[in-house]
Amino acid sequence: MSRSSFFQDDKQGKIFFGLLFVISLLVSLLNLFVPEGNVFHVSTYTVTLLGKYLCYGLLAIAVDLVWGYLGILSLGHGAFFALGGYAMGMYLMRQIGDRGVYGNPELPDFMVFLNWKELPWFWYGFDHFWIAMLMVAFAPGLLAYCFAFLAFRSRVTGVYLSIMTQALTYALLLAFFRNEMGFGGNNGLTDFKDILGFSLQEDSTRVVLFLSSAVALALGYLACRFIINSRLGLLTIAIRDAENRSRFIGYKVESAKTWMFTFSAVLAGVAGALYVPQVGIINPNEFSPLNSIELIVWVAVGGRATLVGAVLGALVVNYGKSYFTAALPEVWLFALGGLFIVVTLYFPKGIIGMKKFWGKKA
Amino acid sequence: MTITETAQNLIRRDRVFEFLIPPTPPNLDLTHNTILYLEDISVSFDGFKAINNLNLYIEAGELRCIIGPNGAGKSTMMDIITGKTRPDAGTAWFGQSINLLALTEAEIAQAGIGRKFQKPTVFEMLTVSQNLELAMAQDKRVLALLFARLSKLQQEKINHTLNIINLYNMKDELAERLSHGQKQWLEIGMLLMQEPQLLLVDEPVAGMTHQEMDRTAELLTSLAGERSVVVVEHDMDFVRSIAKKVTVLHQGSVLAEGSMDQIQQDRHVIEVYLGE
Repeated sequence: MSRSSFFQDDKQGKIFFGLLFVISLLVSLLNLFVPEGNVFHVSTYTVTLLGKYLCYGLLAIAVDLVWGYLGILSLGHGAFFALGGYAMGMYLMRQIGDRGVYGNPELPDFMVFLNWKELPWFWYGFDHFWIAMLMVAFAPGLLAYCFAFLAFRSRVTGVYLSIMTQALTYALLLAFFRNEMGFGGNNGLTDFKDILGFSLQEDSTRVVLFLSSAVALALGYLACRFIINSRLGLLTIAIRDAENRSRFIGYKVESAKTWMFTFSAVLAGVAGALYVPQVGIINPNEFSPLNSIELIVWVAVGGRATLVGAVLGALVVNYGKSYFTAALPEVWLFALGGLFIVVTLYFPKGIIGMKKFWGKKA
Repeated sequence: MTITETAQNLIRRDRVFEFLIPPTPPNLDLTHNTILYLEDISVSFDGFKAINNLNLYIEAGELRCIIGPNGAGKSTMMDIITGKTRPDAGTAWFGQSINLLALTEAEIAQAGIGRKFQKPTVFEMLTVSQNLELAMAQDKRVLALLFARLSKLQQEKINHTLNIINLYNMKDELAERLSHGQKQWLEIGMLLMQEPQLLLVDEPVAGMTHQEMDRTAELLTSLAGERSVVVVEHDMDFVRSIAKKVTVLHQGSVLAEGSMDQIQQDRHVIEVYLGE
């Protein structure tokens, strides 16, 4: 297999790209140019919902990269997603200006409410879009790098590492709940008005956000595919299957793991940043351990170590979630747990694996 | 020194701070014709002395066989040389200049010590040629790997090794589909791709047929001379067929050393090992 044409042999990837392109284009056109009331009109609600799913898809890819390919079961990727979301949320808060309830041009509403007199230092610069975007990548990246550097250098692996990632996201949940942290406490950041001067209530802004999510998902997929098909990708699989052996042929396993983990966290952060303007709120619940565990279920359901499977899993499970939480709210968690058990027991390779299984039979 | 001088010294532009220069292990120095020095090494696990005051020297280009009953400390010795286990006491030098006890597993491997494990461990979800590609001597840093391309020279090297280990026909098969003997061969191939100066080979013929054994013997003897090879093996016929010099380990230290014939005459050895 020649790696210069890394995308050429990727049949699943091509189907995925085709579908992503057609659907995102179709949905955008049907929303903008077909008048409301027409059968073919796609409501803005649906556009936003799909945009949200695409963000989840990107997040799932990030998880698949470290879990499926590198073998690190991270139960804390929701934290990186939320950090990216908060960075975006801070920018959106600064865009409100004096249109808040208290009309204070200097401070966001929650700070006025807490009787703060001036902006905390870590809010400086978030008026600028580019600084906020840097932080979207930098904040989760830095946290992931420090965490991974310490954990992998001490050779913490397996279930112990999973528990630590879970503790990490839980600690952040508790920290962000506190008003003193300066991130809006349990209400989080909300009441966003506009982004780069465009109103978030406009259909066209929504469509652009949806399309940006699609582009981010596509680029994220390509980046991961590039890594997987490089020699570094061979090494990740080697580390997953026989970590010690990789050391004895001369690889610094810690450094490979640390950089992959960091990259994955940055992807999660980008997903979070695109998610926040579409749902209109970011609060500490995004850090909740349950969210991170759900991520794992998405990837397991879709199929590990396939990338496409991760996206598919994210879509299927979230569609199920949207449906069940509306129709039978109390059943959802049981359904999720049941799904995880069924998939692990009977379809260890997920939906993608099922397809291969059927293909062979036919 | 005055403050200004110190300041000037700090901002001098004609040099790099010492702590910024990454430590590079010195080159392998074989001027005394000895590639490995293990001196007064002791290790104990929970009070059990796995290695007890072990002294062992391997000459450059030598093929040495190490035998000994179970629990004699053969694998632990390999673990110490490759950095997996740190000894409680003693020194381990690779050539004249490289202190093995100061290096990590990866650094030791890059300095030129390759190891084949007792239980063949190959990367099962990679193909045979991908296994070799990973093991190949190359820049093994993360960024270099991300943009690495298989050059023509490297491809030839891989093909050459595939022919040596007789797996050319299976080069695109996943390694998990190989038989036990073939996995042993693949691991030997991975060892060759690393181009080590010292090969540590733990039980290379376990699970091989007689024909395969003969080929392995041939291969290991052909490697010696250019490289040094240390073989740990239980199969006495195999040891007899390749060994010029044999070391017998017993309870963590060297019991006897010499040619196979000398060893077989040795009273102590007969007592603890061969006579049984």
